[in-house]
Amino acid sequence: METFLTILLDGLQFSSYLFIVSAGLTIIFGVMKILNVCHGSFYAWGAYTAAFFISKFSEMGMPDIFGFGIIIIAAIVVGVVLGFVIEQGILKHMYHRDEVLIVLATFGLFLVLEDVILIAFGTDPYFAYQPMALLSSVEMGGIVRDVYGLSLIGMATMVAVGCWFLLNKTKWGVILKAVIFDREMGISMGINVPFVYTLTFIGGAILGGLGGAYIAPTISVAPGLGTEVIVLSFAVVVVGGMGSIAGAAIGSVIIGVLRALAVHELPQVELFVVFAVMAIVLVFRPEGLFAPAKPRKI
Amino acid sequence: MLKDTTSKAVLFGGLALIALAFFAPNWIVNQFMFGFSRALAILGLLVLWRTGLVSFGHAFYFGLGAYTVAVLDIQLGVTDVFLRLIGGCVIAGFAGFLLGFILRNYRDIFFAMLNTAVSMVLYGIIVKTEALGSTDGFAISLPTIFGVAPETKYPLFVVITLIAMTSAILVNFYLKTTVGQLTTAIRDNEIRVEYLGFSVARAIHLKYTLSAVLAGGAGALMAMSLGQVDPDSMINWTVSGELVFVTILSGPGNVIAPFIGSLVFEVLRTYAFELAPQAWQLIVGATFLTIIFFLPGGIWSLIAKLGRKNS
Repeated sequence: METFLTILLDGLQFSSYLFIVSAGLTIIFGVMKILNVCHGSFYAWGAYTAAFFISKFSEMGMPDIFGFGIIIIAAIVVGVVLGFVIEQGILKHMYHRDEVLIVLATFGLFLVLEDVILIAFGTDPYFAYQPMALLSSVEMGGIVRDVYGLSLIGMATMVAVGCWFLLNKTKWGVILKAVIFDREMGISMGINVPFVYTLTFIGGAILGGLGGAYIAPTISVAPGLGTEVIVLSFAVVVVGGMGSIAGAAIGSVIIGVLRALAVHELPQVELFVVFAVMAIVLVFRPEGLFAPAKPRKI
Repeated sequence: MLKDTTSKAVLFGGLALIALAFFAPNWIVNQFMFGFSRALAILGLLVLWRTGLVSFGHAFYFGLGAYTVAVLDIQLGVTDVFLRLIGGCVIAGFAGFLLGFILRNYRDIFFAMLNTAVSMVLYGIIVKTEALGSTDGFAISLPTIFGVAPETKYPLFVVITLIAMTSAILVNFYLKTTVGQLTTAIRDNEIRVEYLGFSVARAIHLKYTLSAVLAGGAGALMAMSLGQVDPDSMINWTVSGELVFVTILSGPGNVIAPFIGSLVFEVLRTYAFELAPQAWQLIVGATFLTIIFFLPGGIWSLIAKLGRKNS
């Protein structure tokens, strides 16, 4: 029972940050049809920025509770700055080009951003455990869990609800859905599509940064952070169905719990299992497990 | 087979290089070995790219070839360069043939992603398997050539160059055959190709298998020239990205392009690494973006332009 609970909670925590990152990835794909490889960099930048300022503030003797503010601010700043610069500077000029070529351009950006991190933050790892230490731990069902990890699940839920609300209950959601459904029709109905693209990319980037910033206190923030997370989010998005928030949620729970199960029961297959699931889903349901059937547009 | 200009250029250029390299210092020979080894994989990706397909997972075959060499060396004690190379090509080619049945039905982003998934499955297995060297990989002994263990790396360079030349000439020939000429036709309009009486799926399957064989050979040669294999520089998804990068850098124009592109990449990487060890990825990434934006035909388009001006 205790093992079961541990696996479940580990899995859900893992799913949570995967979901936050993948939600950004899937929104960008859904609206702009861009498979954004440099999303991994947003994650890494979020983690580095948050870790850097949390440890700096702590050295300066500020109360640790500020850490939570830093996490949110870091995510927003990273998302707005990187998202805006990349969309306006590079991607905007590529929308008429081939989809695959845009993927490659984001890969080039990924390489560039990886090294800018090294130059800006150095190669030594950062530790920003303060927010985690602040929340201490709690006993539940016979096992001890740290509250910070559990709060990650809360954060992911908030992001999910927020996305759902935005898409289904606001005017913005209607506009987004219109652009997703038919870009050209959207333009002819008077939607400022370039502006929607910019905002979408920034929004997605903020989510990528938030995933990194929120996970930063629980890990040692070291180079190569973004390399792993981006393929994992690809797996999530593929399993759930590209471009769907609900899909990203389901995908991240499947991938997260499976990986936690592997880590505890059969550590040798930890990575294998994630990508095997991704490959199997692509073979049998390339549109994703829960993607609704779509009529083909001619 | 050897009548057209490209084949002649490959033949004479290659032989000239072999002669010149005899007098060249070691580090230059090394750059050429790495460059030409990788170029084999690029040759395969070029064929796919002309069909309109970009694989973001060919490190799978590259790594499969490299690890076949490692296993042949360590488990079975095979040292002969040709046996190792054939081993790498056969294993990778067989895997490509089997996976081709599935992948031939995929296009665009789905094709790229399924390849990534497959390569990451192999990465996941190797990283977590102690018997396959885990994250550290293996050191590989210098290969023997016809039973003779060479003193320098020059003989290995000669072998690699000869294999590169043969592959370039064969691929060039293939692209001129009827099946080969379907390459661009498929990219332009699959339905028309089907109406002309050809099977698109079969043609793509053949190209995919060909690219797998070439990438496997590239991995095998790379493993032998480097003297080691490890998952992060052979199979991780970033390696697949690197291969695609070199393909774009080279340009699809000609079978010679991958060789020039790979050499440029080797030099670029070496110098970037020496100038700024922490920023070589930045330089490579920035070059990549520049090529995508300003030189969509790759380096070859520059050469082609020069050639037109002269004639």
